[in-house]
Amino acid sequence: MTLSAATLKPGDARSQVVAEDLTRTQIVQYAGASGDYNPLHTDEPFARDVAGYPGVFAHGMLTMALTGRALTDWAGDGRLLEYGVRFTAQVWPGDTLTTTATVREIADRDGVPVALIDVVTTNQEGAPVMTGSAVARLDP
Amino acid sequence: MTERSFPVEAGHVLMFARTIGDDNPVYRDPEYAAASEAGGLIAPPTFTQASAQFDPDYRLRPKPGEKWWGSASGPGTMPEGGGGLHAEQHFTYHRPVRVGEVLTFSSRPGATWEKNGRSGRLVFTEQITEYRDESGELVVTARAVGVLRHPAGEESR
Repeated sequence: MTLSAATLKPGDARSQVVAEDLTRTQIVQYAGASGDYNPLHTDEPFARDVAGYPGVFAHGMLTMALTGRALTDWAGDGRLLEYGVRFTAQVWPGDTLTTTATVREIADRDGVPVALIDVVTTNQEGAPVMTGSAVARLDP
Repeated sequence: MTERSFPVEAGHVLMFARTIGDDNPVYRDPEYAAASEAGGLIAPPTFTQASAQFDPDYRLRPKPGEKWWGSASGPGTMPEGGGGLHAEQHFTYHRPVRVGEVLTFSSRPGATWEKNGRSGRLVFTEQITEYRDESGELVVTARAVGVLRHPAGEESR
């Protein structure tokens, strides 16, 4: 799917569930693919007894990757020019994450129409776990 | 500033897409991808983070002959300077990352700043990583911000 500057307007938004009842196995999968084996994310005794957390929690970068999927599903493949986020709360096994992307502005960048997009991913309590923004190239 | 080589391999991209539940054929089906706007297999937007696999000095991976700090018979130990968290991550895409290419990446330190939080002093550290293609052109610029908490009362190091 691609988006067009002719039809897209500020305030247009799209929500997508990017993780449903997040499993520890998915966190392990992310550790394996990314190479980030920090035991905080995959090792319950370490996370609890050494680091002092209630248990393991997801890599921030897993949330960013899951959220990125919502952006590419909306804006199209290979169309992101920028994508930046701030991690605001931990994501725990069992969480359900929903990403909402909202067009802030349609702009022109070196003659190419782009959408400036605000993005927030929230958990099942409605609390933001990650906020950020993206710039996506549009069709004219 | 050490340069590392990062081969963008089809199996690695497939595995990465699977971890995020993304079944988009542009990440796994060469014929589909070739006929699509992307013009060939590409990698998901945050894939360059997996370049850690090709960094021999990466700390968050067990290495042969070195004691790992996670649990085994005991619960493990927190390493010096461990317990840091990822506060922010920013990517600038100069073009999509393509399966089959070999990128070169190198990191440099960025800014450092502090905040005083309720539970102590928070020290933020920025790291900038550039990914370039075989002709030296920038493909992705990544900026990571890490945060480490120094509990109230602890001397600064």
